[in-house]
Amino acid sequence: MSIKGKAYIMGAYEHPLRDAPDISTPQIHAESAKGALADAGLTKDDIDGYFCAGDAPGFGGMSMIDYMGLRNVRHMDSTETGGSSYILHVGHAAQAIAEGKCKVALITLAGRPRQQKFGGFGGGGRPGQLTDGPPEAGFENIYGGTTHNTYGMCAMRHMYEYGTTSEQLAWIKVAASHHAQWNEHAMLRDVVTVEDVLNSPMISDPLHRLDCCVVSDGGGALIVTSPEIAKSLNRPKVKVIGAGESPKGPMGGHDLDLTHSGALWSGPIAFEEAGVKPSDMKYASIYDSFTITVLMQLEDLGFCEKGQGGKFVADGNLISGVGKLPFNTDGGGLCNNHPTNRGGITKVIEAVRQLRGEAHPKVQVPNCDLAIAHGTGGSLGTRHGSATLIMERE
Amino acid sequence: MSDTKTAPEAQARKIPAPPVTIESKPFWDAAAEGRFLIKRCNGCGKAHWYPRGLCPICFSDDTVWEESPGEGVIYTYSVMRRSPTGPYAIGYVTLNEGPAVLTNFVDCDFDQLAIGQKVKVKFQETENGPPVPVFSPV
Repeated sequence: MSIKGKAYIMGAYEHPLRDAPDISTPQIHAESAKGALADAGLTKDDIDGYFCAGDAPGFGGMSMIDYMGLRNVRHMDSTETGGSSYILHVGHAAQAIAEGKCKVALITLAGRPRQQKFGGFGGGGRPGQLTDGPPEAGFENIYGGTTHNTYGMCAMRHMYEYGTTSEQLAWIKVAASHHAQWNEHAMLRDVVTVEDVLNSPMISDPLHRLDCCVVSDGGGALIVTSPEIAKSLNRPKVKVIGAGESPKGPMGGHDLDLTHSGALWSGPIAFEEAGVKPSDMKYASIYDSFTITVLMQLEDLGFCEKGQGGKFVADGNLISGVGKLPFNTDGGGLCNNHPTNRGGITKVIEAVRQLRGEAHPKVQVPNCDLAIAHGTGGSLGTRHGSATLIMERE
Repeated sequence: MSDTKTAPEAQARKIPAPPVTIESKPFWDAAAEGRFLIKRCNGCGKAHWYPRGLCPICFSDDTVWEESPGEGVIYTYSVMRRSPTGPYAIGYVTLNEGPAVLTNFVDCDFDQLAIGQKVKVKFQETENGPPVPVFSPV
């Protein structure tokens, strides 16, 4: 497939300022976006793809998507190649459009290097820094938000709305520990009980120590090839058949709902592309920074109805060979590892093992031909990016 | 805040100075005077949080500062128990004007916090920066 003739540049806007002491970098991004949208005759809510580079304040595109309230974004790219980034982004946007991943892509650039003399204004005073700092920093970062307490806030609200219990959350850790006992590399190999989880120290209400993932060093890598190269290699073939992605953030604080994640949007996109449904999955790698992370994502992906996650994960339903949905058979982030606090790659790696039939025999799912790997980056309690991947053994 | 007799679990954690940007400076100048400002959009009429130059709901650039009594209810919270400076409570308040605000809850018994509880803003000093909005049960 080529991008030739598959995408058009329909809006362009150059910000008029050359010396911008009075508006922030995020505001220049947003004003530029507004100008390009007006030029094209489109509106903010038409945007379903967002592309930015290192000049965008915050975490990839997360802060700017949230700042601008881009609530319909379903494709994101923050590839950084310096000044050429935005030309490269047009190519990437054309690829995404050609593949049907988005229809209206926004690419923005902004910065205020001339304002570095104003040291009092955010990060602008630090020589060499591209941005003013994340726009939310002054209103959020000061309150001591960590992964523990921002995910704790999600769990607290989920319990309030749906009656989810700590016992139900504990079952997720119990399942992970049943798997980790067979993984010689896992950090935590002891099988634990619901009582063990509930009796572990409270870290941030309502999450106990054993509701939390491990902190580990480590790493991982993946090779993705064309079908022709795949055929030429002497390894079982794991075919990518669907992918979806979505950001989620407060976006101005209206209708805040911390009981769901971006998986609510990334999941259906991936399942639709793959032409399969959640109940077809033989194995699931689900990002498990905390037990609540797993529960919310299982609901959002459609493995059970919203609010029923507690019942779904209880009684060993996630244990391979015992329950209906074997998950994280390497022990996951809860027991095995969480390299550099980023668990996405290990989710794919264990799914590949399962699809190849190369997982530990004690946890290998029989005839595992369809699997999902799903992750969340950032924080469920503030802003995050969700990614869903569906794979099939060929 | 420092009255440990009446609020045994009140937050001892010091809040760092917020990074002030050219966009947020009016907010922090008002905070120094004890006034809590939010932004409202003249385009769609809705208030939003955190304050921005462009409305995150309708993308109008006609947003204006508005003084708020800072009253609302707790949407959710979590008490961080593992902290070198002792426990502290973080959470979201749904302001009566609509938007949800991330904050700390202070001057209260953390074990008595509850979703739906009415709270009101107050300002807490920071080190070498403007005071920041925190909330206490009414």
